[in-house]
Amino acid sequence: MIAEAGLAALWLAAALALLQLVLAFAGLKGGKPELLGAVRPAAVAQGALTAVAFALLITLFLRSDMSVLLVATNSHSMKPWLYKFAGTWGNHEGSMLLWVTVMGVAGAAVALFERALRRDTHMATLGAQAAISLGFYAFLLFSSNPFARIDPPPPDGQGLNPLLQDPGLAFHPPTLYLGYVGLSVAFSFAVGALLTRTVEAAFARAMRPWVLAAWVLLTLGITAGSYWAYYELGWGGWWFWDPVENASLMPWLAATALLHSVTVLATRDGLRAWTIMLAVVAFSMSMVGTFLVRSGILTSVHAFAVDPERGSFILALLAIYIGGALALFGWRIGSVREGAPFELVSRETLLVVNNLLLSVILGVVLIGTLYPLMTEAFGHKVSVGAPYFDRIAGPIALALMIALAAGPLTRWRRDRAGAVAKRLLVPAAIGITASALLAVLAWGRIGVLPFLGLVIAVAVGAASVAPLWKRKLWRTPLFTWGMVIAHLGCAVSVAGMASDSAFTTEKLVAARPGDRIHTAGWTLHFVNIRPIAGDNWTALQADMQVDRGGAPVLMRPQSRFFASPPTTTSEAALLTCWNGQLYVVLGEEVEGGRWQLRIWWKPFVTLIWLGGVMIALGGALALLGRERRGWLLKWRARKAVA
Amino acid sequence: MKAKHQRLILALAALVAITGAGLLAVSALRDEAAYFYAPGDVKTKGVEPGKAIRLGGMVVKGSLKRAPDGVTIRFDVTDGKATVPATFSGIAPDLFKEGSGVVAEGAFDGKGVFVATNLLAKHDERYMPRELEGMNYNETTHEMKTER
Repeated sequence: MIAEAGLAALWLAAALALLQLVLAFAGLKGGKPELLGAVRPAAVAQGALTAVAFALLITLFLRSDMSVLLVATNSHSMKPWLYKFAGTWGNHEGSMLLWVTVMGVAGAAVALFERALRRDTHMATLGAQAAISLGFYAFLLFSSNPFARIDPPPPDGQGLNPLLQDPGLAFHPPTLYLGYVGLSVAFSFAVGALLTRTVEAAFARAMRPWVLAAWVLLTLGITAGSYWAYYELGWGGWWFWDPVENASLMPWLAATALLHSVTVLATRDGLRAWTIMLAVVAFSMSMVGTFLVRSGILTSVHAFAVDPERGSFILALLAIYIGGALALFGWRIGSVREGAPFELVSRETLLVVNNLLLSVILGVVLIGTLYPLMTEAFGHKVSVGAPYFDRIAGPIALALMIALAAGPLTRWRRDRAGAVAKRLLVPAAIGITASALLAVLAWGRIGVLPFLGLVIAVAVGAASVAPLWKRKLWRTPLFTWGMVIAHLGCAVSVAGMASDSAFTTEKLVAARPGDRIHTAGWTLHFVNIRPIAGDNWTALQADMQVDRGGAPVLMRPQSRFFASPPTTTSEAALLTCWNGQLYVVLGEEVEGGRWQLRIWWKPFVTLIWLGGVMIALGGALALLGRERRGWLLKWRARKAVA
Repeated sequence: MKAKHQRLILALAALVAITGAGLLAVSALRDEAAYFYAPGDVKTKGVEPGKAIRLGGMVVKGSLKRAPDGVTIRFDVTDGKATVPATFSGIAPDLFKEGSGVVAEGAFDGKGVFVATNLLAKHDERYMPRELEGMNYNETTHEMKTER
């Protein structure tokens, strides 16, 4: 019954999306404005129905209802409840239902909470959101039905990919999807503004919180995914330039550019056409990413099913929505009046530089991701890997960091180059001191890029807190704090990346229980190795007592065996200290009763993710600050009336 | 500055940036196009020592040896046309074994031995490095066939 109810809710939601689209169209273009009153209720009901459908699928997974095909192929009654729950989206159909749910709920939120937008633009936006949702409802219902039954039901399920059996699965995909699909709102806003010819500062002020919210969640999702891959895959790396990672990075790059250009539009009424273009590009990148991941043309942990029919379906959706939005852009952009001009030395110019560099990185990543697929279509296998991305994206990202240092210290509209240089004097001096220090301490031991990365991180860190200089901290607006913290987060993250690649020490040994291993100031006492058992796995676990002069700490790397499906995974043991992480992986047994151990000491590697969290926190503060200012103004206005 | 001029400058800057990115990407890709090699390609094209590449093929049966240190392995990689000796220090993936596919990241040393820094093997039944799709190894004849 539950599965049927879920399917019914989905069909109903799809019907409401169609109704929402028709109502908005008839209300705006068909001369029946009285119909517009029903658009918002339709959007809210549609969002609620998708949430119900999703909750029902979760229920099916929690109850291990093996008569449902999706549960039978992806779950197992012996799994801990957390993985039954999170396993709901650890498969193709479930993750597409999550996609549709986020889209529906985001549409409902726009219907409920958006107050600043002009009414006709608001309605057109909701119409656009319904139009995109329709395509994904069709995809779900016609080619990826999550509620399909199986008869007769198997005695038990096939289980979840053991690599996914980690608490990270409960957090990373939903957060990522909220951001990824949340960008559909920016897309719909852009379409709505183009349709109603309202591309102006007031529109940008309305759109900004939505972009910010999606961007914050996307940042958190990517950060969480990176950390998850780092500790789960046991390779000691935090970013692999896997096409699927790129699929999440590309929307983030576009959204970051959008976030900055929408600020120019909101504050200075400039970059009108460009902002609209970015809003279209950002969600297009989300869809391209989904196509890459869900079509089966890529193989990775993220690609659940190989089914060419689904690939063509998503490709068709891509063509319709991206093509449609670009056509609308081309048709209407001529009517968008020119924005306010600005001088060459101004914050606007630096934000344009930010946008250009982000777009360049986006282009480079996009080319690198699609190139192997394109050449393969011509019967020629090519693989593009980390050397390509590191070599190109690394230097551009460092150039971007310099723009990041200068931007907040430059005035809007017009500034003097000399004055900006003067404000950058202290950070530059700090950077030069750092480079001198680093050159003395580590000359010849570290590469050029990590060296530059460390120096630039220090200088940019100093420059990013400079806007607070001589300000009364408690009277500084929250969104200024947000900017400062997010920019500082970028510096912190870059410092972590550079430190990891410059100073990591790796030790690879085959050791017997009882042995002591020394590396990077640490002593690891390999006490013993023993079998242990979990809910649905058995493991060999090494007990290691580690210390660097103080009290010893226990570390327990494992090699886990899962019976369903039969897979071995390696569970690394991590010890986090203030100045880095010790990372131990247990390998296999070799002759002489020895065990392979791979040990890394990674100084300040945690800064990478701390920086990511700071970036997201900064975004959240900026969002809160802008919203709070809106509430305050409203409250004062009401008080004045009273 | 006139608005028209400004728009022109912006458009020019964007054009320069995009062309620059395109050129940069294409020039890098020309190098990277040679990133993936099968042993046969190594023989015909030649790879200079020290250049980071991906070497893909099958691990020859009976070629896998472990060095006394317990963490270094030696093996031969073949695609049926040529065979290349390789070494790897580290924890090999669980599905890395003789007669199955592998993609090794690393570089050649001066003596023609491929020093792998990372091994990508089949992760599970469903995962296969993209480069190895369509490659088949005949267990009895030790021949590699590439389906196209």
